[in-house]
Amino acid sequence: MSESKPRQKEKVEPEREFTKATSTSSEEPLSDMTKDKTSERRGSETASIKAHEFDPHFKHEISNFHGGEKLKQCFQCGTCTSDCPIARFSDSYRPRSLIRMALLGLKDRVLSSDTLWLCAACFTCTDRCPQDVEVASVIRIFRNIAVKRGVIPQIFKELGSNILENGIAYKIPELRLKKREQTGLPPLPKRNPKALEKLAKETGFLKKLKGSG
Amino acid sequence: MDVNKDSNQKAWLLFLGCAVPYRVSSYEISTRKVLAELDIKLVEMPEYNCCGLPIDPIDHEMMLILAARNLTLAEEKGLNLVVLCPGCAGTLRKVNKKLKESKMLREKINSYLKETGREFKGTIEAKHLLQLLIEDVGLEKIRSAVKKPLFNLQVSEHMGCHVTRPTGAVDFDNPENPEALKKLIEVTGAKYVDYIDKSACCGAPIAGVNDKIPLQLTKEKLIHVKDAGAQALITVCPFCHMMFDTNQPRIERMFNETFKIPVLHYPQLLGLAMGFSSEELNLKGLRVDPTPIISQVSDRAEGK
Ligand code: SF4
Ligand code: SF4
Repeated sequence: MSESKPRQKEKVEPEREFTKATSTSSEEPLSDMTKDKTSERRGSETASIKAHEFDPHFKHEISNFHGGEKLKQCFQCGTCTSDCPIARFSDSYRPRSLIRMALLGLKDRVLSSDTLWLCAACFTCTDRCPQDVEVASVIRIFRNIAVKRGVIPQIFKELGSNILENGIAYKIPELRLKKREQTGLPPLPKRNPKALEKLAKETGFLKKLKGSG
Repeated sequence: MDVNKDSNQKAWLLFLGCAVPYRVSSYEISTRKVLAELDIKLVEMPEYNCCGLPIDPIDHEMMLILAARNLTLAEEKGLNLVVLCPGCAGTLRKVNKKLKESKMLREKINSYLKETGREFKGTIEAKHLLQLLIEDVGLEKIRSAVKKPLFNLQVSEHMGCHVTRPTGAVDFDNPENPEALKKLIEVTGAKYVDYIDKSACCGAPIAGVNDKIPLQLTKEKLIHVKDAGAQALITVCPFCHMMFDTNQPRIERMFNETFKIPVLHYPQLLGLAMGFSSEELNLKGLRVDPTPIISQVSDRAEGK
């Protein structure tokens, strides 16, 4: 994210960039494979930090969420990054950096980072962190807060609306439902999307999905 | 109410999740076959919904509510849940545990569920298929159901992260040195082959955001599996299966590699050892041709 951009713009910018960055196609040459076209590179994430960027409350904010309690215990050993399967093949995704940035209070950088959405939630980091930081949960908390700011990658919008429409995350084509029965499977149990919609209204999830965050 | 009465069959409520009915029906077909053989009665689960995991990244609370709603459906039936997808299983186990332990969280989630006439009480368990096989059916019973041991086969596993991780929340097996699937494979008579980074993630969960990293991770694992000399890879996750099976031809093209490694759902392997035919187990539903495996199995049968 360029820092010279006016402040209001920050709200919409990350999402647009995200969509652009992730329109991957299998036709792209192999040489590009290891470069995910995220706006931040490892070096620039920590480069030229401006004083106004620090939000000293950010780490406390994170620690107040379930799963974020141990954030402040991180001693930057790097186990999370070195054991992260995604970091192996991404030149920008580094869980330790995200944790460090959060501890420093670089809230805007963390929350608008495209790399935030690359975590596979495999929980290897959480299992191996010597300081019991629930790294994967901390990243989930970052994402949840980013969503409150209006940043939701398209795929999650789709999954969310599918769930509210069908009860499950995918819309299963009629043909497949027929095939189920041809192969001797019982019909797929009915779902109750109405109940889910009610819950989604109640919690504000519906509003989030519509992007009015 | 008590389905377990008057029967030597144990009843479990089947949680199908999203991916299995959407794209991975051979997993469901073979699971139903082998569980029936092991005297497990599966009860269908009307009104179920997504476990919640896919939306955890955008709204943790809504995830908790979706998972809790499923748990209340099982409580109502008085049945434990058996889950095919490790993502669903991990989520339901984690949320079940959290809600049982924390009164505060339970009250909060229940305040929402009340709107739809439900309440989480904390009376049931949720288990992944593997856990059910190991803990409730038991290796001895499975061994005695094996009619055609697969002595000619040599296979590896990819268990999938959420069967065992995160350790404290899932409470099953050991992610650093998993044994459950190994034991279950060995019980079929097949030879188990280990390989480098066996318990590493295939990357599937981010395929919708960035498909290149998962394809690379999967490719790397396939190389290790091939080098180890495995004739097939065994999975217990619909998403991992899509990475290794559905995407295998694409990976071969992209990286100019040849693998041709059939990827079977564990119940398909067990089913073959029980003597089910490849049709009954829907082996033709696999993308990578499993004929070499099938011929190994039938060779033995003919040689008998
Ligand atoms: S493994 Fe834990 S302590 Fe080490 S850098 Fe990561 S979060 Fe910090
Ligand atoms: S949970 Fe996310 S950050 Fe942690 S190791 Fe897995 S992919 Fe990396």
